[in-house]
Amino acid sequence: MDPAHAAPTAYGLALSLFLAGWLLSLVLHVWRGTSLRLAGFVHWFALAGSAAAAAAGAAALVQDGSWRWAAPASAAGFSVSVRLDPLSAFFLLALAALALPVSAYSLGYIRHGAYGRSPVLRSGLLNLLLAALALIFTANHVILFLVAWEAGVAASYFLVTASHEQEETRHGGWMFLLMSRAGAGMIYIGLLMLSVSAGSLDFDRLSGAGSAMPGAASAAAFLLLFFGFGVKAGVIPLHAWLPAAHPVAPSNVSSLLSGIVIKTGIYGIARVCFDFYSALPPWAGMVVLAAGVISGLLGVLYALMEHDLKRLLAFHSIENIGIILMGFGGGMLLRSYGYPKLAALALAAGLFHTLNHAMFKGLLFLGAGAVVHETGTRNMEEMGGLIRRMPRTALYFLVGAVAISGLPPLNGFVSEWLTYQVLLAGFGTTAEVTRVAFPAAGAMLALTAALAAACFVKAYGITFLALPRSEHAREAAECAPSMRAGMAWLALACILLGLGAPWFMQVFDGVTMQLLKTRISLAAVSLSTASIQAPPPRTGAASPLALGLLLAAFGLVPWILWLLRRRRVTTAAGPVWDCGLPALSASNEYTATGFSKSIRMIFSVIFRPRREIQPRFEASPYFPSEIRFESEVRPAPGASLHSAVQEALLRLALRMRQIQAGSIHAYLAYIFVTLLLLLLFGVRS
Amino acid sequence: MTATVLHAVLQGLLLLLLSPLLSGLIRTAKARLQTRRGPSPLQPYRDLGKLLRKGMVIPETASPVFAAAPFVVFSTTLLAGLLAPTVFAAAPLSQFGGVLALVYLLGLGRFFLALAALDTGSAFGGMGSSREMTIAALAEPALMLAVFTVALTAGSTDPSRMAQAAIGQSWRFLAPSQMLAFTALFVVLLAETGRIPVDNPATHLELTMIHEAMILEYSGPWLALIEWSASIKQMVLLTLLANLFIPFTLASAPGVPAILSAAALYLLKLLLLAAAVVLVETTNAKMRLFRVPELLSVAFVLGALALISTFLFGGR
Repeated sequence: MDPAHAAPTAYGLALSLFLAGWLLSLVLHVWRGTSLRLAGFVHWFALAGSAAAAAAGAAALVQDGSWRWAAPASAAGFSVSVRLDPLSAFFLLALAALALPVSAYSLGYIRHGAYGRSPVLRSGLLNLLLAALALIFTANHVILFLVAWEAGVAASYFLVTASHEQEETRHGGWMFLLMSRAGAGMIYIGLLMLSVSAGSLDFDRLSGAGSAMPGAASAAAFLLLFFGFGVKAGVIPLHAWLPAAHPVAPSNVSSLLSGIVIKTGIYGIARVCFDFYSALPPWAGMVVLAAGVISGLLGVLYALMEHDLKRLLAFHSIENIGIILMGFGGGMLLRSYGYPKLAALALAAGLFHTLNHAMFKGLLFLGAGAVVHETGTRNMEEMGGLIRRMPRTALYFLVGAVAISGLPPLNGFVSEWLTYQVLLAGFGTTAEVTRVAFPAAGAMLALTAALAAACFVKAYGITFLALPRSEHAREAAECAPSMRAGMAWLALACILLGLGAPWFMQVFDGVTMQLLKTRISLAAVSLSTASIQAPPPRTGAASPLALGLLLAAFGLVPWILWLLRRRRVTTAAGPVWDCGLPALSASNEYTATGFSKSIRMIFSVIFRPRREIQPRFEASPYFPSEIRFESEVRPAPGASLHSAVQEALLRLALRMRQIQAGSIHAYLAYIFVTLLLLLLFGVRS
Repeated sequence: MTATVLHAVLQGLLLLLLSPLLSGLIRTAKARLQTRRGPSPLQPYRDLGKLLRKGMVIPETASPVFAAAPFVVFSTTLLAGLLAPTVFAAAPLSQFGGVLALVYLLGLGRFFLALAALDTGSAFGGMGSSREMTIAALAEPALMLAVFTVALTAGSTDPSRMAQAAIGQSWRFLAPSQMLAFTALFVVLLAETGRIPVDNPATHLELTMIHEAMILEYSGPWLALIEWSASIKQMVLLTLLANLFIPFTLASAPGVPAILSAAALYLLKLLLLAAAVVLVETTNAKMRLFRVPELLSVAFVLGALALISTFLFGGR
């Protein structure tokens, strides 16, 4: 096939498959809505559609330039259009790379009742969600974008609330809906301000429109759009929906939510900051950088406090959004100081981390889904020892844990390394004090990454290692092959995106050419040494492939020597040292809460931990028969933002109630006054 | 190519063979300062040899993670060592990764060791693991700030370039930013290598140990690998401290006399820094765990001051 037609054809095919899957599910739902086999059948549409979307994204990225398609003009006088420009194509690729394994995983996962009572309908909604996401990333028209945005929110809401019999699920869904609405409101106003100024609803015409606006309006629209999209992305303090909705959703949905749905916010921010605004004053970059640093640090600190495995992962999404925004914010600052090459590196770092996070967080949520299904709880304190019962899941989860901790040679290391280079390069740019913000942000990134490693030692160690802490954990079994296949795909992606980073970086050429008029791979990649490098005049390089190979070699040599030696020495299995107690049991082990105790104490200024210990005893206080222990930390700032808004609304409603007296005379008077005002208004104009 | 391989092999051997001696010298010197005779400086070699020849007991509760950790720790530490310049200004494998890769490789080793500690199910392992990860997390920003200070002056995150940039300026280490960063990195070194006042390498008292608590269940050859890695890590960090801040003794040109004098000066620098560690260990008491963050925040503040003075005085 002609390569120029490959991308549009595959794109059209992907959308048709997603929509066909959704429409088919509506029909099948009426016919036999509870059939799990039919629900699985509908998932095949998502699987095939994702494959097509992957082809579309890849084909569009390979060829330069953009592809557009506009619907015939409607009666209202405008025509909606879609466009595959490099930025859209990149996000479409990220969507497909995650949706494909998640769809495969879902085939096995939904057999255990994750979709509640109407599985066919919900598997159709998954298709609708994917269609909406594909449209969000490719819409070239404000109205189409907003319609797709709302469709995405609606589909996600009904997927999140699959087990709506539980109060917690309804609460999570409600929070998601409430905050998405508030965010969407800001996005509406922001986009309309831009459209009015540009005189068009086409994204093509909006390019650069923000910078052409007068100062105050331009700044207001920027802030509205940044925080509007920031709600979706989960930027602290607008994150409250994220740890509420992610854990209660079925795990395949959590994986999509965290991997790609919150990335629609990142897509919006990238589109606004680098496309709609071709230039922004430095303060805008500082706002984004500061939001990134705060979200990163607080996200990981609150993740450390969690012992609910899925909530822990949800807080890590906030952390990683923070790292992405550090890249973006650094890039915006560098652009405003006149360093497009470095800004391109920053943009590439942020986008790379976006894709990487989709891969490893998608993987971790899928792993968590398998674990939560087997143990019947999300509480890590009741897990343990699962590496024996679920060795494959444990292996894949370990790959995800190493990747998210930013350790070499996997993909998390690459994008964090690029972010460090951006932050260091920023120091050499200007004479202003603001440049100290760059290395300071770098130090905070170091703290964030190190705390993330601590958190995943805890998450992995408590969940998979040591002795099982409950009966369910003792009897867990390995998950279905389709679920393992989904996880294996993502684990492989984490490894390949790490080792093959220098080659993959070429993908960003189109995006940086489009938005910053420079090709990033010329400066940031050296293929002869398979390494990524900081663009000149600064230097520094890292080759994940070489590091990986050398690590393997240095590990294998002593291992082989050990295998040879092993025949001649005695190795015996023995009990663990337990200070002479009768037998080591799970109650001797460190718990998740215990593991993070020292961090809770050190950062007590933030957490304000509170604990309550109530021993109950019969004869002497030295021999308690029962001890009740309760411990909690103050929730992250902004966690009660929605309830503050809710209270204000309720208070307003109470005031309003006073005019609803219930007396017919009062209402007649209202009508009379209204009429009078309208008449006056009519006469005057 | 051949020169790089030769360089890497030689430096690898240097790290492998000399690091136990450095640990032994520190131990002996410490004993002498405390008016004990102490073991011979060669004792670590004997310990390693003995452990390598012994059989071992593997905990019944251990999983493959426990078996993998010693090899991961060994390989990451050795590779990190090859990214640092020792005798020559250029590190053998500097084209594959700079100081960020070095720090993160050590992080990978720590990650697996902390997992292995949790793996046995022993409360001591969990305690060590939790403390190690906490302290490492707090030390990381101070470490990065100190490294950034040098990196920003040199315009590179490659330690070889960082060293080369400063070779001509012999008095640069007296600049306020460099002194502050040096002090910050020294405190981080004490924390990272488990030295007094952060951790006590000589104790096996349950409630105070960190590193020793993590490796309590290891024995035989696996323990030897971990102990060896700990020695190498200590030598790598000392090397980094010596060569980033006092780089003018490094050999930049080939030639036997230049190399020999550079090697001698390198060893001298290591000995001086080791002596400083001994002095700190002898004159201080181990801190309570919750006092350690205060020490590390001092290091962080020093790092931040170093950065600001780079901004004010341009790092010279």
